[in-house]
Amino acid sequence: MEPFQTFEGLVCPLDRTNVDTDQIIPKQFLKRVERKGFGSCLFYNWRFDENGNKKTDFVLNQPKYTQSSILVARDNFGCGSSREHAPWALQDYGFRVIIAPSFADIFYNNCQKNGILAIRLGADLVNKLIQHATQETFRLTVDLKQQKLSAPGFDESFTVDPYQKELLLKGLDEIAITMTYENEITAYEKEQEVAQ
Amino acid sequence: MQPRNIIEKIWDQHLIHKEAGKPDLLYIDLHLVHEVTSPQAFEGLRMNHRTVRRPDRTFATVDHNVPTSENRETKDSVSKIQIETLQKNCKEFGVELADIYSPYQGIVHVIGPQLGLTQPGKTIVCGDSHTSTHGAFGAIAFGIGTSEVEHVLATQTLWQKRPKTMQIKVNGKLGIGVGAKDLILAIIAKYGISVGTGHIVEYTGEAIRDLSMEERMTVCNMSIEAGAKAGLISPDQTTIDYLRGRRFSPKGAKFDKAAQKWLALASDDDAAYDRTIEINAAEIEPQVTWGTNPSMGASVNDTVPDPESFDTEDKRQAAKKALAYMDLKPGTPIHAIPIDVVFIGSCTNSRISDLRQAAEVARGKHVHEGVRALIVPGSYAIKKQAESEGLDQIFKSAGFEWRQAGCSMCLAMNDDIVPAGKRCASTSNRNFEGRQGTGSRTHLVSPAMAAAAAISGHFADIRSFAVAQ
Ligand code: SF4
Repeated sequence: MEPFQTFEGLVCPLDRTNVDTDQIIPKQFLKRVERKGFGSCLFYNWRFDENGNKKTDFVLNQPKYTQSSILVARDNFGCGSSREHAPWALQDYGFRVIIAPSFADIFYNNCQKNGILAIRLGADLVNKLIQHATQETFRLTVDLKQQKLSAPGFDESFTVDPYQKELLLKGLDEIAITMTYENEITAYEKEQEVAQ
Repeated sequence: MQPRNIIEKIWDQHLIHKEAGKPDLLYIDLHLVHEVTSPQAFEGLRMNHRTVRRPDRTFATVDHNVPTSENRETKDSVSKIQIETLQKNCKEFGVELADIYSPYQGIVHVIGPQLGLTQPGKTIVCGDSHTSTHGAFGAIAFGIGTSEVEHVLATQTLWQKRPKTMQIKVNGKLGIGVGAKDLILAIIAKYGISVGTGHIVEYTGEAIRDLSMEERMTVCNMSIEAGAKAGLISPDQTTIDYLRGRRFSPKGAKFDKAAQKWLALASDDDAAYDRTIEINAAEIEPQVTWGTNPSMGASVNDTVPDPESFDTEDKRQAAKKALAYMDLKPGTPIHAIPIDVVFIGSCTNSRISDLRQAAEVARGKHVHEGVRALIVPGSYAIKKQAESEGLDQIFKSAGFEWRQAGCSMCLAMNDDIVPAGKRCASTSNRNFEGRQGTGSRTHLVSPAMAAAAAISGHFADIRSFAVAQ
């Protein structure tokens, strides 16, 4: 996994609550057996009409946001299905940071495992970000180490779980870490067998 | 010792490592695998020269994209590759696979309990959010992403933050004609789709105790629609009776010993929870959703709500968008909404008792003109059971399609798709935009309500339907 330290990018506002993973990546695109290549299917039914033409009213299709890499949305982002194809698609499309007041649990974990920083931020601040990003070309700097978000006229800190922070900062392979607990795992298994 | 709830008991029993500032390292007893969320995980193992640590605690099936047609031939070459990839992976890594023609095949959350793989006190995971279904047995069961699937395959553990606990207490008794599906839909309609975020829910109370195992699975299944990480029910005699004699259940004296342990897992009398909500079962009526998330639901006797009637701007906007997508007008009586398609199936409602209920409604009647109605049993075993009871004949002569087991129209990854603009009464668990096909419109209901809708051509209150017909 690529380490995440400081990131600067263009903010795209997705002014919706409860964006579910069926919208992030519709099921017809879940059949592939690779991790890559899902970006073109991101928000497919919102981006394209039935003839495959771009819907001009959807925010990602507005010329202003084509280069965006930070997504800001409302409450309960990523609810629904556990498909990791959702963060894969967001990442493949070019998003590295997602900011919302709250996330569904599985989606939040899935982001972290793929080096996407999901930031929980107060609803008022999210509101501010959405306003800025709607009105102007709004670039935001995300400093994970300092836990700071900064842009002209916007300076805020955010909280992040210390363990997840470390994994992201160092881009660590969690399986390799867990394998260092091999003795404990084996001991647990033995104990359970005896108890049966 | 301080009283504990079942969630705390199971969690504590599975701790491998605990350290301040880190999530807990939890042992996973059972890992269920299917074709859609596993290929990248097995590929990860291969790339890093890792193996499956406990193939004996891993069990796979094909369900999400398999065809439900009689010959089960996959026309879609991409789906075919996905199925073949799972076959290849299971062979290479030594995992038992209930393959497409196996008598054990079925929806992953249906076959786990059926085979007795699902047992009280276990930690169970699967790369699928409705893993919460298995909580019905008093297990901590939750959905994970593909990276976590790889992690469990390699280590049989997961790093997990200790969740908060929540009790949903359902007092009193459900009315006649009101079932487990109505109960869980009503809870979500009342408390919303994020009420459970960060929590594992235990369902308690008289109405829950009264439920059969299959009904309990319906309730726990939709915990994820309430935002919860998992949902469970403390084991009791109903649980023990269900598990006796199943393929993976302990045998003979071992079963009795296990049963004692299982019963002891039930929450202690004065156990505490981070949050408790209580509802009265008697108030619940047959439910129908009208919107594009599972909390947008109402009683069949209500009308489609006016978006202006919601208390926050977010909700007003969401309701407006939902009604536009669903092509519904505020004030329309729910029972007057006409339907085009009926789907009875999915891990929420495809078990034998669901099919019996639907058959009871369909017996001697006929599907309304212009309506396509599908019955998709949750597993091969359920299909056979239903056929031995003659349910297939009831359905077929009433004009329903009788299909092979799989997820089918719940997520429409195979050929079972609701056409754009068409309206489906579905016993599944999600009514998201496009879930059953691009542009499709989904109304979530119970199996009896779905069958009644198939026959009426519109929604009908199952309680008066039986009398009127
Ligand atoms: S039936 Fe539907 S909800 Fe259940 S596992 Fe299959 S796709 Fe998921």
